[in-house]
Amino acid sequence: MQVSVNGQIEEIQAQSLESFLGSKLLLGHRIAVELNGEIVPKSQFSSVMLMDGDVLEIVNAIGGG
Amino acid sequence: MTDKIQIGSHELKSRLLVGTGKYRDLDETSRAIEASGADMVTMAVRRTNLGQNPNEPNLLDVISPDRYTLLPNTAGCRTADDAVRTCRLARELLDGHNLVKLEVISESRTLYPDVVETLRAARTLVEDNFEVMVYTSDDPLIATELESIGCVAVMPLGAPIGSGLGLQNPYNIREILDNLKVPVIVDAGVGTASDATVAMELGCEGVLMNTAIAEANDPVTMARAMRLAIESGRLAYEAGRMPRKRYADSSSPETGLIE
Repeated sequence: MQVSVNGQIEEIQAQSLESFLGSKLLLGHRIAVELNGEIVPKSQFSSVMLMDGDVLEIVNAIGGG
Repeated sequence: MTDKIQIGSHELKSRLLVGTGKYRDLDETSRAIEASGADMVTMAVRRTNLGQNPNEPNLLDVISPDRYTLLPNTAGCRTADDAVRTCRLARELLDGHNLVKLEVISESRTLYPDVVETLRAARTLVEDNFEVMVYTSDDPLIATELESIGCVAVMPLGAPIGSGLGLQNPYNIREILDNLKVPVIVDAGVGTASDATVAMELGCEGVLMNTAIAEANDPVTMARAMRLAIESGRLAYEAGRMPRKRYADSSSPETGLIE
């Protein structure tokens, strides 16, 4: 199935958000995740299953004024 | 030392608020912020680079949320909806921290605030329990409206972001100060220490800056200069300056001169 991650289309297996973030080595890092326009709290990463066509935005803090 | 300031639920010791953009690296960022003495530090929220080394140091490793009051911004947002979305992501990123710097810009040449979208976003964010520090134009009527919406600080520009031109309209800043009860913080436009002092002498509660420090030849030394400039300007404001006079007024007695 296909999901959009930060604007890039990726082909992935059906899996939880947690395992997807794990595959990107992002677990344990300070990130925030939006799935189809809604924030997903960290506590729900393991229970949310990714579906074909999902749109993910993953953000972190960077320098800015 | 000058007194503390209260912004929403946050008490700050320093009246200098600093950004973390444009530094050469995180080490320079960290040393400049330290030298500035600031407690409130801005940051931006951006898409995570998925290809990067996950062990690469992160801004929050050097600017710890335990030590600094972080102020996530909505820089780059051009609509109220984008700004609100960014604030919600920032709140999640910082474990429920609800203080944000709202800025909605309209075009790249001036980065001038889009006050129509800013007002819309401010209403939504205040309703959603954010504490909103808002970047705006130096229009006194808009500043008053932002206060009445419930923003915890109103932050008019001194000059365009990153321009270093200094305060272009001190009369408007003065008018805003006269009208508002919430802290007024000059955000953007400061180029060097004397610009920051001018803002503080007018009675601003603080100054927020980034480029003036980050793009100095020696950012760490400029950070210290700004710290002193802010403190100096505040003390001068509290002391109350002498009136301006048109003609000289001798400092030494004019009597008792030898003949």
